[in-house]
Amino acid sequence: MTSIPSESRQQVRVVLLLFAAYREIAGASRLELAVPEGSSPLDVFATLETRHPRLAAMRGSTTFAVNREIVTPTTPLREGDEVAFLQPMSGGSHD
Amino acid sequence: MIELLDGDLSPDRCLAAVRTAGAGGAVLFVGSVRDFSDGRHVTRLEYEAYEPMALEKLQQVACETTDRWPVLGMAIQHRVGTLDIGDDAVIIAVSCPHRAAAFEACRYAIDRLKEIVPIWKKEFGEGGESWVGGPETLTTTNHDPGKD
Repeated sequence: MTSIPSESRQQVRVVLLLFAAYREIAGASRLELAVPEGSSPLDVFATLETRHPRLAAMRGSTTFAVNREIVTPTTPLREGDEVAFLQPMSGGSHD
Repeated sequence: MIELLDGDLSPDRCLAAVRTAGAGGAVLFVGSVRDFSDGRHVTRLEYEAYEPMALEKLQQVACETTDRWPVLGMAIQHRVGTLDIGDDAVIIAVSCPHRAAAFEACRYAIDRLKEIVPIWKKEFGEGGESWVGGPETLTTTNHDPGKD
């Protein structure tokens, strides 16, 4: 992602949704981002991590959703994609 | 019937939704907020959902369950927002021609829900607050999220 200057590449616009701990660390629940074409959810995470270093501790336990489906972290993003970072799910009760 | 609600859940409505002719057995699971979690006193919980995806994944849980057992009726309700001790967090009702399948199907559905539905809970209690399954750096105690 860093090998080619971003201004020489097409950009795609994506929406990043943040929940739970990600939302609290980033201080936002929804971000509109322009990323170089070919960027992946993992690249988006790395970008956000530079702004919010506390995210580093969550990287290993994060799964990624694009358009509400779990994807491989390196899946290339397309224009208009809805990206979400998901921490381990904890719905239901402590039954 | 599949619902995410920020108000009280209704076991009666879930059970009513699955009672049909031919259903010899209906199983109702109600998961409630406990006052202790992993040895730690809890005073309240907050549930947060990625709502559109959570509804899709709840539907997937229902479809998988219906594919595996002869399900005649199925209802799932899950809370979001702030819950106090004793509040119901999740309800699953399943009806089948016979009880064995109804018990197995209900058990499968709650286990799958916990695996694939993007809902997270934050515990408030002794020593502060923490997201269950979240990063330890955010917790104010040395709380091991453990498992449900």
